[in-house]
Amino acid sequence: MAADSRPKRPFRWHIGVFLAPAVLVYTAIMILPLAGTLQLSMFRNIEQSQVFVGLANFRTLFGDPNWSVGFWNALRNNTWFFIIHMLVQNPIGVMLAALLSSPRLRFAAFYRTAIFVPTILSFVIVGFAWKLILSPLWGVAPHLMDFVGLKSLFTPWLGKEQYALTALSLISVWQFVGIPMMLIYAALLSIPEEVIEAAECDGITGLSQFWKIKLPLILPSIGIISILTFVGNFNAFDLIYTAQGALAGPNYSTDILGTFLYRAFFGFQLQVGDPNMGAAIATMMFLIILGGVCVYLFLVQTRLRRYQF
Amino acid sequence: MSTATRSLPRTIGAHAILLTYTAIALFPVILVIMNSFKSRAGIFGAPLTPPTPKTFDLIGYTTVIGQGDFIHYFQNSLVVTVASLFFVLLFGAMAAFALSEYRFRGNTMMGLYLALGIMIPIRLGTVAILQLMVASGLVNTLTALILVYTAQGLPLAVFILSEFMKQVSDDLKNAGRIDGLSEYTIFFRLVLPLVRPSMATVAVFTMIPIWNDLWFPLILAPSEETKTVTLGAQLFLGQFVTNWNAILAALSLAIMPVLILYVIFSRQLIRGITSGAVK
Repeated sequence: MAADSRPKRPFRWHIGVFLAPAVLVYTAIMILPLAGTLQLSMFRNIEQSQVFVGLANFRTLFGDPNWSVGFWNALRNNTWFFIIHMLVQNPIGVMLAALLSSPRLRFAAFYRTAIFVPTILSFVIVGFAWKLILSPLWGVAPHLMDFVGLKSLFTPWLGKEQYALTALSLISVWQFVGIPMMLIYAALLSIPEEVIEAAECDGITGLSQFWKIKLPLILPSIGIISILTFVGNFNAFDLIYTAQGALAGPNYSTDILGTFLYRAFFGFQLQVGDPNMGAAIATMMFLIILGGVCVYLFLVQTRLRRYQF
Repeated sequence: MSTATRSLPRTIGAHAILLTYTAIALFPVILVIMNSFKSRAGIFGAPLTPPTPKTFDLIGYTTVIGQGDFIHYFQNSLVVTVASLFFVLLFGAMAAFALSEYRFRGNTMMGLYLALGIMIPIRLGTVAILQLMVASGLVNTLTALILVYTAQGLPLAVFILSEFMKQVSDDLKNAGRIDGLSEYTIFFRLVLPLVRPSMATVAVFTMIPIWNDLWFPLILAPSEETKTVTLGAQLFLGQFVTNWNAILAALSLAIMPVLILYVIFSRQLIRGITSGAVK
């Protein structure tokens, strides 16, 4: 309080000094390039100079079949990629967290540590390891399926157009299930004992306790996980690139926005790289992610009840 | 308690599910490491058994160490990760201190501005980042990577650290002021040591994506001199598609350092997540 009642102080330089490095690096390397990319998407390289063309790049992206087919394909695949994560990764994560947080569970620390292991590995390792496991050459996957009598169902999933994307999504789920698990686990631990005890006094235990008491309390965390999944998925690139290459084969069936952006920007095989079209695709990704974040912030988060204990 | 008898099947069920999932999570990792120590015949003949004296073979490792310049890539990754981490923690803590300690005009706006980067991935600016690096002659240098990763790590670091700095007692800082300490001394000598645990959490969160990133090394620093271990492994694996010994050995070499670090720091990491750092 004493600080406030003092006479007006001179400009406090130290605030600037504390803020400057972070703000400078962040602005120069992140915000300005982001703005620059949005701007580049409105220019086109004509006779060695950048010319302002307004929304022409976007008209090309949506109108020219050379681009639009690829774009819609990538967007559709990306949406499917996201849906699989929402339907498989997050429910499994919630289930594991619920089991882990049950009181007096032995070896909880071991399970927690072990299940989180894939999350810390790089996409390169994950992509290649699964490529080897699913490879018909090595025969680990058919061999394992033989144990449960399902060998006849095995096909080289990563090589078939109709399965490859789903297979890759599930690999990604395998890798990242640890994140929803940990966040939900943290949320479950923060529910106070009294609430649970009160529920038990009322005879609400086990599964119904989870559905009626715990789930409503962890809904905000589930919201955060959903938006994190959304941003991560629409920005994904590494796993597809490692497992299927920049061409996202077979026949572009695993192409998502990240790989599409990479090809447009750097070119591949016969096509020359085009920074402006790359910027246009990045702008679309920006708008999609921004849209998702806004939906979350304004529609979901404001309706979720937060309980303060 | 009467519930103890009823909950026994439930406990067994919980353990069964958790064990199954643990097996699913660890199986590929164990499989790769196990087979990297086998001969080619062993890898294909009995992929699911651990190496026996008959199938034990280090041929994969000798190939990898002979062919790839992994020690060098490793150094690059280490330099990039450690340097970025240092700047993220230092700059992030300074900014977090300014935002949580002082009331000044634009404080909230500045906080929101810095938080923007948590949701919007830096990757979307790649086109312009590459142009910027070309213009400043930083392409194919580790500096470019360090700058990008510093910018990438800052938003979350500022966000988490300022939450923690709000908890540092005001009395302590004011006592320091009365003793005539400058604001800088208060920050470096009083506040920083107190938030060390949360710094460790931020460090782990920042480190993993930097070490594992493929996108920026591929685009900004793909030269032989500046390859990181992730990019090196990616290219190496692409070249040796048919040499299974070498691939498995390279994968194991890439897994093991991360795994060892994880086992050492897992307590810290998990405590960081569950202590509500990212609630």
